[in-house]
Amino acid sequence: MNFDISIITNSLPYLWKGFQYTLELTVISAAGGLFFGTLLALARLSSIKGLQMTAAGYVNLMRSIPLVLVIFWFFFLVPLILQAITGAERPPQVGAERTAIITFIMFEAAYFCEIMRAGIQSIPRGQIHSSYALGLNYSQTMRLVILPQAFRNMLPVLLTQTIILFQDTSLVYVISATDFVGAAAKIAQRDSKLVEMYLFVALVYFILCFSLSLAVKQLQQKIAVIR
Amino acid sequence: MPMIEFKSVSKWYGSFQVLKDCTTKVEKGEVVVVCGPSGSGKSTLIKCVNALEPFQQGEIVVNGQSVGDKATNLPQLRSKIGMVFQHFELFPHMTVIENLNLAQVKVLGRGTEEATEKSRMLLKRVGMIDHAPKFPGQLSGGQQQRVAIARGLAMDPIAMLFDEPTSALDPEMINEVLDVMVELAHEGMTMMCVTHEMGFARKVAHRVIFMDRGEIVEDATKDEFFGTPRSERAQLFLSKILQH
Repeated sequence: MNFDISIITNSLPYLWKGFQYTLELTVISAAGGLFFGTLLALARLSSIKGLQMTAAGYVNLMRSIPLVLVIFWFFFLVPLILQAITGAERPPQVGAERTAIITFIMFEAAYFCEIMRAGIQSIPRGQIHSSYALGLNYSQTMRLVILPQAFRNMLPVLLTQTIILFQDTSLVYVISATDFVGAAAKIAQRDSKLVEMYLFVALVYFILCFSLSLAVKQLQQKIAVIR
Repeated sequence: MPMIEFKSVSKWYGSFQVLKDCTTKVEKGEVVVVCGPSGSGKSTLIKCVNALEPFQQGEIVVNGQSVGDKATNLPQLRSKIGMVFQHFELFPHMTVIENLNLAQVKVLGRGTEEATEKSRMLLKRVGMIDHAPKFPGQLSGGQQQRVAIARGLAMDPIAMLFDEPTSALDPEMINEVLDVMVELAHEGMTMMCVTHEMGFARKVAHRVIFMDRGEIVEDATKDEFFGTPRSERAQLFLSKILQH
């Protein structure tokens, strides 16, 4: 078997574009997922039964469906939902890339919700009491006292989840979005260089994810020392 | 008009009654010590004053405002009552000065400069000014509790509640906290203190409330309480904690 390295170097600019999209998808989904996940966590911990159950239902649903299916569903559903909202005659063209971002935010929100919920519950009740005793209201107590502590405590877990998300984004391949894997696959099929391309992509993922995991481990020890 | 008035307050956890028909009051400038065996409901009673614990029956009136009333603006009422907790409950992700500034800025709407000035003055008063830029985790228990008292005072409270402020402290740190509390009492602050420190009670309390199994068993002036407690339960309690 001859291993043709030139196919990789020649296609680097195209791969880089795919990689940029992968990064973009990861960062936006993590940020959006964290934002909505935190809101979901607050809903799950709220004393209002309806809110609690709606959030729990959403989280359990998302966590019980394979990600590939969620991606498929949203690919078909997002245009229809947008059509319903805007009242347009035809479903608007959203594009695979943008659909993927919406999908991943919605999906990751469920996972980030559970992480933030654990984080919030790890803060002693006395912190809420002392905030209330000072006259802070619920939203100030959460925003200024509880969530910053919960976020700090959960940072290693949140980062680990983001690393998993970084790998999971490759599934957008199924809706033909050109992420890092998608870009590699297109070239691999065009030039029949499957081995080279997939090996290269796997290597990049491995190096990045493994070194990031090590960094998270170090961070975890550092946080443990501070606490 | 009393500063804090309890009118037949009862509270249940499920079917278990933690407070039974508690009636008492704290006058302006009065120092009231609440004592009793653990599980007698004294912490619960004091937490009802600023509605950290809800109660099902009766009424608590603070400075003319009913705590349980739905129309009462709770955050506003709470901001006028300082509270000090057993485990300090400083905010660990903020420095000492930030701990004191937070509610002044966010609740009272003071500017950062004005708040900082007030905070620094109070930190000086409790002997903690040199620690202003530190985080709570870098302080001893006694130091944290003094900061917590200063944090409560920064809101210019009309009364201060103390929930076992020295129970979590190492013995050698108890006095530095009690000293601050004694000074506060001498300045005329209205105080309600759940504590086992009978020395503190003898020194500054005007009245002592003794609780057992959710009931207020004794509600007497300091001299009456330490001289001739009427109830057997109070006598027993006193003989147990004073024999050493």
